[in-house]
Amino acid sequence: MTSIEARAREITARYRGKEGVLVHILEDLQEEFGYLPEEALAVVAAERGLSLAEIYGVASFYARFYFTPRGKNIIRVCTGTACHVRGASRVLAKLEEGLGLKCGETSPDLKYTLETVSCVGCCALAPVVVVNERTQQVLDPGKVLSVLKKE
Amino acid sequence: MALEALAKKLAAERAQVQKKVKVCMGTGCMGGGAEEIFRAFQEEVERQGLEAKVVPVGCQGFCQGGPIVSVEPYQFFLNKVSVFDVPKIVDIALRRGGELPQHFYRDPETGMVCRRKKDMPFYRYQTRIAMKDLGEINPMDIEDYIAVGGYLALAKALTEMHPEEVIEEVKKSGLRGRGGAGFPTGRKWEGARRAPGEKKYVICNGDEGDPGAFMDRSIMEGNPHSVLEGMLICAYAIGSDEGYIYVRAEYPLAVKRLELAIEQAKERGLLGERILGTNFNFDLHVKKGAGAFICGESTTLMISIEGKRPAPRVTPPRSVEQGLWGMPTCLNNVETFANIPAIILNGGDWYAQYGTEGSKGTKAFCITGKTRNTGLIEVPMGMTLKEVVFKVGGGVMGEGKFKAVQTGGPSGGCIPDAYIDASVDFESLTRLGSMMGSGGMVVVDDRTCMVDFARFFLSFTQRESCGKCPPCRIGTYEMLQILDRIVAGKGEEGDIERLEAIGRMVKKTSLCGLGQSAPNPVLSTIKYFRAEYEAHIRQKHCPAGACTSLGNYVIDEDCVLCGLCQQSCPYGAVLEERDRFYIENTLCQKCGTCIAVCPTGCIRVEPGVKEEAV
Repeated sequence: MTSIEARAREITARYRGKEGVLVHILEDLQEEFGYLPEEALAVVAAERGLSLAEIYGVASFYARFYFTPRGKNIIRVCTGTACHVRGASRVLAKLEEGLGLKCGETSPDLKYTLETVSCVGCCALAPVVVVNERTQQVLDPGKVLSVLKKE
Repeated sequence: MALEALAKKLAAERAQVQKKVKVCMGTGCMGGGAEEIFRAFQEEVERQGLEAKVVPVGCQGFCQGGPIVSVEPYQFFLNKVSVFDVPKIVDIALRRGGELPQHFYRDPETGMVCRRKKDMPFYRYQTRIAMKDLGEINPMDIEDYIAVGGYLALAKALTEMHPEEVIEEVKKSGLRGRGGAGFPTGRKWEGARRAPGEKKYVICNGDEGDPGAFMDRSIMEGNPHSVLEGMLICAYAIGSDEGYIYVRAEYPLAVKRLELAIEQAKERGLLGERILGTNFNFDLHVKKGAGAFICGESTTLMISIEGKRPAPRVTPPRSVEQGLWGMPTCLNNVETFANIPAIILNGGDWYAQYGTEGSKGTKAFCITGKTRNTGLIEVPMGMTLKEVVFKVGGGVMGEGKFKAVQTGGPSGGCIPDAYIDASVDFESLTRLGSMMGSGGMVVVDDRTCMVDFARFFLSFTQRESCGKCPPCRIGTYEMLQILDRIVAGKGEEGDIERLEAIGRMVKKTSLCGLGQSAPNPVLSTIKYFRAEYEAHIRQKHCPAGACTSLGNYVIDEDCVLCGLCQQSCPYGAVLEERDRFYIENTLCQKCGTCIAVCPTGCIRVEPGVKEEAV
């Protein structure tokens, strides 16, 4: 048994006998591994008596579940309405250029993941970029790369 | 101790503390460093040996001025505070009661300096019921809430009122669901009470997937107990003993504070078994969403709680008859629940004095986009859009000219200047082709392209469509393809009519609210801004100069070769030759920075399709 399987088994066991907790298990797994490894999902499938397809059906529906490893620094560009009106797409373009990544990609050295988020509710600061847990105001696209230096 | 006596005691205790610094700890202000400021105040107060309390409070709505600090007992309202200002504020404002004009809000219209919250136009025109205590109390301390009369409505309902009377009072208030659809709350509760079943559920919808709306988050973060109290009263009224709060996972702070509030309420006997010594039991769980807009739809939300792949189902049976796990379920929005305690305490008639004939009470909005004041507001229904945008919102920021206001989130519609005097209530917004929705309000100016704006919303709803029903899945996709084409300068004659036809069909035949309202932004912008669509299709020109594939930036002969445009261009698109500057349109992103800095105003946009970079 690999270590991933062992950890996945422990996590799944916490929910034994409870109904409607698949999303919670997936959340816990993702917290543990940073993404949802196939081996771990196979454990969940066996434990919960579901097919792997059913689990993928649920997990792939939500934006917050990932099936590939993610970067150490997660950069999320808010593309909510206020941010859009104040130029979020240009901020994203600048970041894509600066990091050499397309939106949704992770750099090969697993240093950065670049993605968008629909709204973080900091419309007053728009456009904003969330680096890891920190919400940062971006004054203009020219300065966007400097938010990374702060981390 | 009886709750009322406890409330009096706590209020008296709090009145004793004379000097207080309240630091806003909403997500917006925390983005500006409110946590460090809070710690700095604690240290500084101790260092200067003052007898003062430093209190974290929830969002007060004036996010534009964040981080925000208020100083009691002077009621000073300080904007844009940084860590470096802390020693000065403690010394001058807190210790001596001196004023700090540099941190006061200055009304840009009149130049008046506003020392207190109530002096500011932003607050003067608001009426706060659901958000009354936001920014006043510490959301992490149940005693703070009890001191301002919290849970007294619950006590009143449990000890003095029959469940039917509670429902009667809610009906009398005229409160309609604040999640957007506007179903009368009292009638929903009555339906849930009458539905046969041993087990019933109460669910609070805190999903709030709308981009540009954060009022539910602010309430959950700033006064979580008010939501709990509303849910408890609802549970008592319909005869439920278990409930869920569904919060989107993008709001980690709201989840944390709700969990803390639940824990504190349990310790106090306000949640759990035999609440306040009566026979009423209620248990509450927080359920985190996982980032899907459709989970805000009520039937989908319940399927998501059940742990299945979420998609809306056909109604009837309605949720109040067969909801979560097939049991009768009463689902309301955060703001709806937050209104309940005030209605029970003051009576339904008191609440119904605010608002219009068909829409009673107040409504919270998030006003964002190109307004001077961005933030969270609560105004009586029936206020005109103009008052909301120009009085509370402070008008359009910068040089721009007001163009339209978009209400109701990604599936609302755009209301142009011509209808700015319309009243803000459920009926009037629907009549204009928009809707109340969850209460997002985005103001746009003449630099925003309405075609691109509509495309933005549609790309959101298209992406978030669960795909269960074909009209929504295929219809929104087709519409988006057309819009993408128009914005890229490849629009054809007949595209507008095609958009209208598909839009109407999607609206009419979709299964749930997402599809039924998704075409709204497109249809309403075609209705009010048809000329802009035509310019994109026929002249390949974006009148707002916002579409990056349309129009080319050109520098005229008037150029004095100052080079400001080149220095300021974030994309390095301004290139130079021996005797002139020119803009390389394959690099230009049409951000308008060069136009803004050009002292002679010689940069203009020419119609045409952008050449692709080779």
